[in-house]
Amino acid sequence: MPGFEYLVAALTLWHIFLALSGVIAGTVIGSLPGLTATMAVAVLVPITFSMAPSSALILMGAIYTGAIYGGAYAAILLNTPGTPSAIATTFDGFPMARRGEGDLAISIACLASVTGGFVGAAFLLMLSPPLAKVALAFGPVEYFWLAVFGLTLISALSEGNLLKGLMGACFGLLLASVGIAEISADVRFTFGSQVLLGGIETVSALIGLYCIPVLIDLVATPDKHLKVTHQPRGFRFFEALAISWKAKLSLLRSSVIGTLVGILPGAGGSIAGLVAYSEARRTSSRREHFGKGEPEGILATESANNATVGGGFIPTLVLGIPGTPPDAVILGALLIQGVRTGPSLFTEGGSIVYTFIYGLFIATALMLPVGLVIGRYAYRTIITVPKAVLVPTVAFMTMIGTYAIRNSVSDIIIMIVLGVIGWILNRFGFSPSPIVLGLILGRIAEQGFVQAWTIGAATGELWKMFFGRPISLAIIVFILFSLSYPLLRARWSRRAGRT
Amino acid sequence: MRVKIDTRFLIGLISAFLLSVASFVHADDYPTKPVSYVIPFGPGGESDITARHQQPYFKKLYGQDLVISYKPGGGGAVGWAQLNKMKGDGYNIMGINLPHIIIQPNQKDVGFKTEDITGVFMFHYTPDAIVVNNDSEFQTLAEMVAYAKENPGKLTFSGSGKGTANHLAQLRFDKMAGIKTTYVAFKGTGKAVAALLGDQVRAEWGYTSVGAQHAENVRMLAVAMEERHPKFPDVPTFKELGYDLVSGAYRGIAVPQSTPEPIRRQLSEMIGEINADPEFRARMENDGMALLDVDYDGYTEFIEKMSAIYLEAAREANIIQ
Repeated sequence: MPGFEYLVAALTLWHIFLALSGVIAGTVIGSLPGLTATMAVAVLVPITFSMAPSSALILMGAIYTGAIYGGAYAAILLNTPGTPSAIATTFDGFPMARRGEGDLAISIACLASVTGGFVGAAFLLMLSPPLAKVALAFGPVEYFWLAVFGLTLISALSEGNLLKGLMGACFGLLLASVGIAEISADVRFTFGSQVLLGGIETVSALIGLYCIPVLIDLVATPDKHLKVTHQPRGFRFFEALAISWKAKLSLLRSSVIGTLVGILPGAGGSIAGLVAYSEARRTSSRREHFGKGEPEGILATESANNATVGGGFIPTLVLGIPGTPPDAVILGALLIQGVRTGPSLFTEGGSIVYTFIYGLFIATALMLPVGLVIGRYAYRTIITVPKAVLVPTVAFMTMIGTYAIRNSVSDIIIMIVLGVIGWILNRFGFSPSPIVLGLILGRIAEQGFVQAWTIGAATGELWKMFFGRPISLAIIVFILFSLSYPLLRARWSRRAGRT
Repeated sequence: MRVKIDTRFLIGLISAFLLSVASFVHADDYPTKPVSYVIPFGPGGESDITARHQQPYFKKLYGQDLVISYKPGGGGAVGWAQLNKMKGDGYNIMGINLPHIIIQPNQKDVGFKTEDITGVFMFHYTPDAIVVNNDSEFQTLAEMVAYAKENPGKLTFSGSGKGTANHLAQLRFDKMAGIKTTYVAFKGTGKAVAALLGDQVRAEWGYTSVGAQHAENVRMLAVAMEERHPKFPDVPTFKELGYDLVSGAYRGIAVPQSTPEPIRRQLSEMIGEINADPEFRARMENDGMALLDVDYDGYTEFIEKMSAIYLEAAREANIIQ
């Protein structure tokens, strides 16, 4: 284990102060739909100029990790994933909140985030240089298959509603192709409008598709937003701890999945959360409760998405290739500080990197008390504020949040239109998640496919490119398994029923 | 009678107004509040980083903050289409990039034309360069060209985007050298570098900044500059090797069209002064950038010159009609 002296360097009062204020600011910012971790970090960059590089990194890392956790609040209490990472948190978080267990859900999310954060940071501390090679082994064709794998998970997740799930995903894929194509620069489906040139921004689509239907339903029905069976019962910390302990294997596995997906630049927290969620569901003994408010579902997603923080720092610091969008901002800030990233940063520049990694541990540990306290406050606010105040406030926040992503008014229009579409589709039994996943994964799949095709055609090895690379083959096996799993399962249970 | 008085009053008002404008535009009164600097890309990219480099010197020299914000979308087009709708009082400026503002409006209706953009200063460019991994079989550009001649289309390059500086450099170089290579577009330089480091492609059409940032893993075969880059005295220019290729991603600053002439000039001078700061120059060059001093007066001529070069290359490659 490298450098105990770096732990001491990280444990100064100044660094603890930075980590604490970073986590608090990050959690609050992340909890507001539309205000993303990337933005939170970008706003702070000028402040870090005057700091030592390791202090700057600790502050930015703390904000980043806090913001990823903060995204769980809106997902649980408003059914709105504040960031794509928290999509799968809504699956079980919101049902739990509806039946009056929002406080427990938030405490569970906090414990899971802290665990995931620790696992990610531990990988970053001990295995960075070798793991960075994984990031490089993933070429365009692997990203293509990974995105296809993500799309097949939709089928597994929309059991009983497969057709609607696939239709939703296709709608999402169509949305993904609107605007100027990322790599070919073609203009598609803009219908001559400049509003659509910039494409559909993922976070504004998230806000529209998830949050607007909730708001419309709040206005349309006389019920309370969340059921409150009795007075809030404190943090429910030990209850949450007991649930986490029971699912410790799933928790650990989700954290490792999150770290590994986080290492891949261009995969992102949404895939990490999704893969971890469906894996937890597949292996859980309580699988039929998933999607109806099962704490294990929250544990899986929230540990995976916070583990991507540590995972994403691996390619960022070792290769100078940002693992996630917030990492790109952090890398930029380091460049301005004159810090060169690269393998030698871990040897010669050890004091910066290792002080930072221990700082990340401290920030993650501080997330436990901070997250519990802010989470309880957020829950109380949502359940005590009268509907007449809650709806306009949230509606206002969705607009501000959407505008802030790209400083763009057209995004607000797109968000509202998608919200209304989402509400109508909800009435017909379509859920928003396949649409959003189609939107996110469609872009990754398209880029990977075009790049792999171009390279394969140039070298004259098109078949080998798509079907002859070991990692690709492994992912293809997963895809086949995930596609046939519902069928196999049905057959097994039928056979079991017969005998 | 009344009309006359009103006229006189009006003249007085106008002259008072003009006087105040005149004093407003003279050096001491501008800037009196923070200046908003919009980058039409997301944070963390090179446009952001170079703007961040300017930030502290702006504050040091003019006592006001330069506040950076982002308006990404459509490869910058979303921001530039809105530039002229912003208030032209000198407190709104926007980053501009070449070849983007030349290629995009010629490709499709993006809501702005190249000549709609009022550039006041082009402050640097990141020169194009051919980058290979340290263990690449190609030691020199000549070896690479020889390989490409024997294996048309087989040599793969990663690069950032289509119709971009990297892509146009590849097109122009292929024509100059009489070779055919395959360009694979990636979303951003970071991913193009990852593809190179992971041996997904044989080489990268990248920038000198890639050579600076990834010095431990890559080397450059040639850089598209007039003279060798001070940070890389051992890397030849394309010119030395017989190819007249000087190109890269050029960056500058533009103002809304409604910005008064004196303020445009003053901003041009201010950005020029930042560019002259030796410490600023050293920082930029250390990151692999090359400084450029195209001021307000030289802007139009510069854009015309670059347009001719870029549009010809883009037309031949069918990027534009």
